Amino acid sequence: MVEIPAGSASAIPAAEVADMELYHPKSWWTKYVFSQDAKVIAVQYALTAISIGLVALVLSWLMRLQLAFPGYFAFIDADRYYQFITMHGMIMVIYLLTALFLGGFGNYLIPLMVGARDMVFPYANMLSYWIYLIAVLILVAGFFVPGGPTGAGWTLYPPQAVLSGTPGGRDMGILFMLSSLIVFIIGFTMGGLNYVVTVLQGRARGMTLMRMPLTVWGIFTATVMALLAFPALFVACVMMLFDRLLGTSFFMPAIVEMGEQLQHGGGSPILFQHLFWFFGHPEVYIVALPAFGIVSDLISTHARKNIFGYRMMVWAIVIIGALSFIVWAHHMYVSGMNPNFGFFFATTTLIIAIPTAIKVYNWVLTLWRGDIHLTLPMLFALAFIVTFVNGGLTGLFLGNVVVDVPLSDTMFVVAHFHMVMGVAPILVIFGAIYHWYPKVTGRMLNDTLGHVHFWITFLGTYAIFFPMHYLGLLGVPRRYYELGETAFVPPSAHSLNIFITIMALFVGAAQMVFLFNLVWSLSRGRLAGGNPWRATTLEWQTPQTPPAHGNWGKDLPVVYRWAYDYSVPGAPEDFIPQTEPARDIPTREVVA
Amino acid sequence: MEQSVPTHREQTLLPEGMRGVVADFSSDQRAFKTASWGKAMMWIFLLSDTFVFGCFLIAYMTARISTPVPWPNPSEVFALHIGGQDVPLILIAIMTFVLISSSGTMAMAVNFGYRRERRITAALMLATALLGAMFVGMQAFEWTKLISEGVRPWENPWGAAQFGSSFFMITGFHGTHVTIGVIFLLIVARKVWRGDFDTERRGFFTSRKGHYESVEIMGLYWHFVDLVWVFIFAFFYLW
Repeated sequence: MVEIPAGSASAIPAAEVADMELYHPKSWWTKYVFSQDAKVIAVQYALTAISIGLVALVLSWLMRLQLAFPGYFAFIDADRYYQFITMHGMIMVIYLLTALFLGGFGNYLIPLMVGARDMVFPYANMLSYWIYLIAVLILVAGFFVPGGPTGAGWTLYPPQAVLSGTPGGRDMGILFMLSSLIVFIIGFTMGGLNYVVTVLQGRARGMTLMRMPLTVWGIFTATVMALLAFPALFVACVMMLFDRLLGTSFFMPAIVEMGEQLQHGGGSPILFQHLFWFFGHPEVYIVALPAFGIVSDLISTHARKNIFGYRMMVWAIVIIGALSFIVWAHHMYVSGMNPNFGFFFATTTLIIAIPTAIKVYNWVLTLWRGDIHLTLPMLFALAFIVTFVNGGLTGLFLGNVVVDVPLSDTMFVVAHFHMVMGVAPILVIFGAIYHWYPKVTGRMLNDTLGHVHFWITFLGTYAIFFPMHYLGLLGVPRRYYELGETAFVPPSAHSLNIFITIMALFVGAAQMVFLFNLVWSLSRGRLAGGNPWRATTLEWQTPQTPPAHGNWGKDLPVVYRWAYDYSVPGAPEDFIPQTEPARDIPTREVVA
Repeated sequence: MEQSVPTHREQTLLPEGMRGVVADFSSDQRAFKTASWGKAMMWIFLLSDTFVFGCFLIAYMTARISTPVPWPNPSEVFALHIGGQDVPLILIAIMTFVLISSSGTMAMAVNFGYRRERRITAALMLATALLGAMFVGMQAFEWTKLISEGVRPWENPWGAAQFGSSFFMITGFHGTHVTIGVIFLLIVARKVWRGDFDTERRGFFTSRKGHYESVEIMGLYWHFVDLVWVFIFAFFYLW
């Protein structure tokens, strides 16, 4: 692999893919509501995901209020608390993060960034959104059924998930949760197939896989993983639904409930855990890989420097994706398993640290000697690196069996996964919204409001989750409604809990600033123009901003160089768009 | 395709060996050079569906090896009483034969589709759908027989309760796939018969032009459903 600074852009390859036939909307309904345009679908996905995410945000406030002031809020009883925890986790992981990264950013960015007119099957893509919306509605309906939503924890472990001791177990709650997940998976599959095929088969001329922006690589790999991981959750949901509705015993051992021997017997609760985590661990990377990809592009654009080690970054994404399918049982160290399995899964888990560390080094090396612009997207990208490294390092603790066993089910775990797959990806989402909002709406987001939002969110989330490590090391358990008179928890832990809660209220409130900014800038924001960040990738080269249906006007774009030609010596500007054909303008593209 | 611009391939010297494979796969515009969008999408869907069936079968095998109660003997349970004696697995053998035959008619339909012989194509697709419906019908008979013998998802007269649960779940899920396949076979067969693919008539929902390739994509799904049956047959009935 040799870097050729003075290499010239290669010639146009012949067209292999015919220009696609677009669906032309015939009425207001098919243009704005039942639209087959990926960009409209993306906005629909994003707005739905953010709306349901706000519900989860409020739930987290309620949980924190109970933890800081136990017994003070009479309406939060133990059952409610478990329902809040469950719904908060499930919404955040699946209905917000997965839907927003893949359905939102995937739909908007994939066709634009690879130079396609739209997704390959716009009709299936549209169905994907409407089925997702149905899944969200079923989820919300769960709040209003008798007994309320399920309180089984987001992992839904049987047998407790379907027994009467758990809120919603013998009521409707668990049924709505499982149905909603099944519907979500069906809807996601329709969209996911579109994203994958668009990347594989629908790129513009000259857009080789190794010229794609890392954003597309991240979303693409995550989607492939989702298509292979969601089936396990689908199967687990179907089987648990049967256990609950038909009285089968897939996951149910012989069990006594309220002094009564149940009809179940011979099932394996551990089987559910295996199925769940075969989905659950890749899910972490389904959320993380798009974030990795997007942050790479944010850093490169706003540091005006090519991403360091592009090919290595691509391979790291692919390797992380592949490895994440063979680490799932590290979530089950305390469930009991053969010690040799523990060794195997600990080893594979720790191996993932290698490609992940490569990525972190490459981000930092991209910044090194870059022309860093501390724009809002850049600030969020930097905050992501810091938060992600912190959350990733505690992952090394938890990946080891002997360290994990005492830390398991403590606040340490909560702190770890919130930093690494909660806050870190959310920071990237914010950065990405500040970065691409000008393309979606044609106007910039307000900078002052953005800075208020950034500093409160970044410092605030640190103030929330950093002390939680300490609580966890003290042995404060997670998922406890209240600690009561517990000898090993010192008073300092209680005051820390109050501090965390106040910070959580602050950070939540800061998100209202962000939402206000989104709405306010829609009409009052500064006009952005086509390429406000002076970026190289294709979505900034569209003839109109916001891009029209079909994205590219009469002719599809032709790609002559990679996505990272920033500050190339000898070039007239500090960025060279991917569509720049002139052969005398050098490229920094690495040729195999 | 007719353009005279030099291609990537002619211009640059491509690397050899493993690097060449990567370079080929990651080259312009499409990774799978001969696959259309629809075909690629079906293949990737089938990969995802493989994981669904894989999870179902692995879950069933786990249940079977971990249950403390003996598993019912499939060759007795699935025997039919014919001519005064029990013939083990006879119904399943016939079902399997029917389904595998339907793969044959499907493959012929694809062939005649590409020759643009629309009547023969439509007839062969109808034959495939008929064989598929026969399969589902026999499955319904099998379910009825087992239910009348007292097999339920939660219990059965012979042993582990998971037998009934797994049986109804897995064959039910596969039967649903076959049923959906039959419905889509009928839809595509109607389009073939009407000549939609000869006139490139646009789809009602998608407004895409129709092509005979739809027959092949339908075939991919159908062969997949057959292949899955082979695994269900091996792991559920023969084990």
